[in-house]
Amino acid sequence: MFRSHVLICGGTGCTSSGSQQVAAKLEEEIKRQGLEKEVAVVKTGCHGLCALGPIMIVYPEAVLYSMVKAEDIPEIVEEHLLKGRVVTRLVYQETVSAEGIKSLNDTDFYKKQHRIALRNCGVINPENIEEYIGTGGYEALGKVLTEMTPDEVIQVILDSGLRGRGGAGFPTGLKWRFASGNRGNVQKYVCCNADEGDPGAFMDRSVLEGDPHVVLEAMAIAGYAIGASQGYIYVRAEYPIAVERLKIAIAQAREYGLLGKDIFGSGFDFDIDLRLGAGAFVCGEETALMTSIEGNRGEPRPRPPFPAVKGLFEKPTILNNVETYANIPQIILNGPEWFASMGTEKSKGTKVFALGGKIHNTGLVEIPMGTTLRTIIEEIGGGIPNGKKFKAAQTGGPSGGCIPAEQMDVPIDYDNLIAIGSMMGSGGLIVMDEDTCMVDIAKFFLEFTVDESCGKCTPCRIGTKRLYEMLDKISKGKGTLEDLDKMEELCYHIKENSLCGLGQSAPNPVLSTLRFFRDEYVAHVVEKRCPAGVCKDLLTYQILADKCRGCTLCAKTCPADAITGKVKEPHVIDPAKCLKCGACIEKCRFGAIVKR
Amino acid sequence: MKSLEELKAIRERMQGQVGLRSEDSNNTRVVVGMATCGIASGARPVLTTLVDEVQKRKLNNISVTQTGCIGLCQYEPIVEVMEPGKDKVTYIKMTPEKAIEVLEQHLIRGQIVEKYTLNAENL
Ligand SMILES: Cc1cc2nc3c(=O)[nH]c(=O)nc-3n(C[C@H](O)[C@H](O)[C@H](O)COP(=O)(O)O)c2cc1C
Ligand code: SF4
Ligand code: SF4
Ligand code: SF4
Ligand code: FES
Ligand code: FES
Repeated sequence: MFRSHVLICGGTGCTSSGSQQVAAKLEEEIKRQGLEKEVAVVKTGCHGLCALGPIMIVYPEAVLYSMVKAEDIPEIVEEHLLKGRVVTRLVYQETVSAEGIKSLNDTDFYKKQHRIALRNCGVINPENIEEYIGTGGYEALGKVLTEMTPDEVIQVILDSGLRGRGGAGFPTGLKWRFASGNRGNVQKYVCCNADEGDPGAFMDRSVLEGDPHVVLEAMAIAGYAIGASQGYIYVRAEYPIAVERLKIAIAQAREYGLLGKDIFGSGFDFDIDLRLGAGAFVCGEETALMTSIEGNRGEPRPRPPFPAVKGLFEKPTILNNVETYANIPQIILNGPEWFASMGTEKSKGTKVFALGGKIHNTGLVEIPMGTTLRTIIEEIGGGIPNGKKFKAAQTGGPSGGCIPAEQMDVPIDYDNLIAIGSMMGSGGLIVMDEDTCMVDIAKFFLEFTVDESCGKCTPCRIGTKRLYEMLDKISKGKGTLEDLDKMEELCYHIKENSLCGLGQSAPNPVLSTLRFFRDEYVAHVVEKRCPAGVCKDLLTYQILADKCRGCTLCAKTCPADAITGKVKEPHVIDPAKCLKCGACIEKCRFGAIVKR
Repeated sequence: MKSLEELKAIRERMQGQVGLRSEDSNNTRVVVGMATCGIASGARPVLTTLVDEVQKRKLNNISVTQTGCIGLCQYEPIVEVMEPGKDKVTYIKMTPEKAIEVLEQHLIRGQIVEKYTLNAENL
């Protein structure tokens, strides 16, 4: 029996900051001190604090060490694990207070979070099915198979108010009901969307890496509910750790008889296979995903027929997102009322967001629906670094839009986000400060959609390209006010005439920045000026003669020989030669160089 | 898996394990002084005995941890029992045998073993 558990994060973030080496060193030191029978080392999934990785938590004290290096390990093992003295110097500083070490749950980052989908992430060893069972895993499946009818299961999911976490927010129970007819007489499929194409989102990856069994259990529950015996998880090949853990989880579930024939002696059979996607964004769209599983090129197909009627291999199919599934077992065990007690009127439960961009605490956070953006950014996220001002937050990735500072107090849920011209999307949340140019942001997302459009239909293939070109023109100071109107018109055209959600939502970043930051577009067009100082073509670098001491440092640095001047006399930049690389600004110790 | 009982058996076996990883404030904490003097005077066997017994008896609401120097070197090994909402009780000069007595009397039956506590010896 172990008196202490040391949890070390094996998620993608911490693995890339070296957690494997730290874990190896930890095991070695524990052996050296003869503690291997007293202290267990458990490799877990993501805790959400990836920016501070590698993360290590020592239980039962629940002390979190951040940015742990292999060199720190001997000290931690000897002082903390052997002698019981916390090495305060290496502890996550948010938890250190005058009275000693605070509980993790009292830190700003965790205090307002509520973990349902992420409840086991960072807590259990994802490669050991018994740890999942130890936290109540597979009990929901047992309950469903032995005590409930399939229709009762669907009713519970309906009553919980759970909506799809993959983007569109369709009620999950309704989706299951549509596919539930004719049970036992037709082949049906249960699919899991683990394609996670939004460039700013990584919650699905974290669930798969940290708690893969929850997805397997939920898919089996879905299979029982609609009468399917086969499931597929479509996961992107760029998630090697997630793929590996899923393979291990599926093998263990089969070995324990939690997948396969006659589960819990109920006569219900269910099995799951993996399908790897090459990472095209459009393959996350439901019909393209199914086409891809069938072995064809991942292009969307027209709906109707909807997947619930004719989906994978033309059979009735349900497709849900990873995070959607991660809520299911808890809803079954705790009841729909429990779940519906959290959130807003039409959006129940919690949502995981991947906080990124200009914010202190980047990472994964799970919050009740209805939390305001202000709470997320100022409290959980710890505010904007370097005393900068908040400008906007982008949600929904390439399909979403920007939320400006005026809307910071809107409770976040599906419908409110749509009302302010954005969308929930899969949960990427990118924070932007005053140094971010909104034209540049729109251009960034359009470049992404131009690349990712599958090309099947013209409005999306050509339209997004034209839209990108117009943005590019504006960012170079060559746009006209007419272009702004034309651009808006083109946006609506693309939205209305594209076949799939990719094209239909691609103009959103343009529309929402035009709506809330039109003055910034106008500044680019009329004044030929980029207010945030980002668009290179509109910037000029200048030396303020009254501040320049003539130290010549900048002239020596300039790669283009654009700076001239005599020692101890003010220098000058030749705009014709200047490459706008910014090297001189960084070098000047007198703040004499400015960009405008 | 052919039955819910099988699942339950695994869950119970694992619960003590993963249960250690929660910050449940309703847990009773048993803390063993493990500074250099504590280790020298035999705190290690006291600690391991307590951990083993708590597990063997499935006392899921008790966590056993170690701490640094308590500042009473001449009384080591020291074991402190902290029950939620109650005063801390400090046992001194512990041995594995005495520790089991404390576990049975105090932790299970709720009766403080006065003869081993700090107050019993004249300070
Ligand atoms: C271009 C495009 C990309 C998408 N990418 C994803 C994705 O990566 N992951 C995902 O779960 N859903 C994605 N979706 C949404 C899916 O089509 C589908 O609505 C979702 O997987 C359904 O599951 P849910 O109801 O549980 O959200 C995407 C949709 C579009 C139009
Ligand atoms: S909208 Fe774009 S991604 Fe979707 S089918 Fe048409 S071309 Fe392909
Ligand atoms: S921005 Fe770069 S190219 Fe321009 S003057 Fe400064 S160092 Fe030279
Ligand atoms: S580095 Fe600054 S102070 Fe020195 S010459 Fe250049 S502008 Fe002037
Ligand atoms: S990967 Fe370690 S905390 Fe996210
Ligand atoms: S040398 Fe005069 S400004 Fe750089």
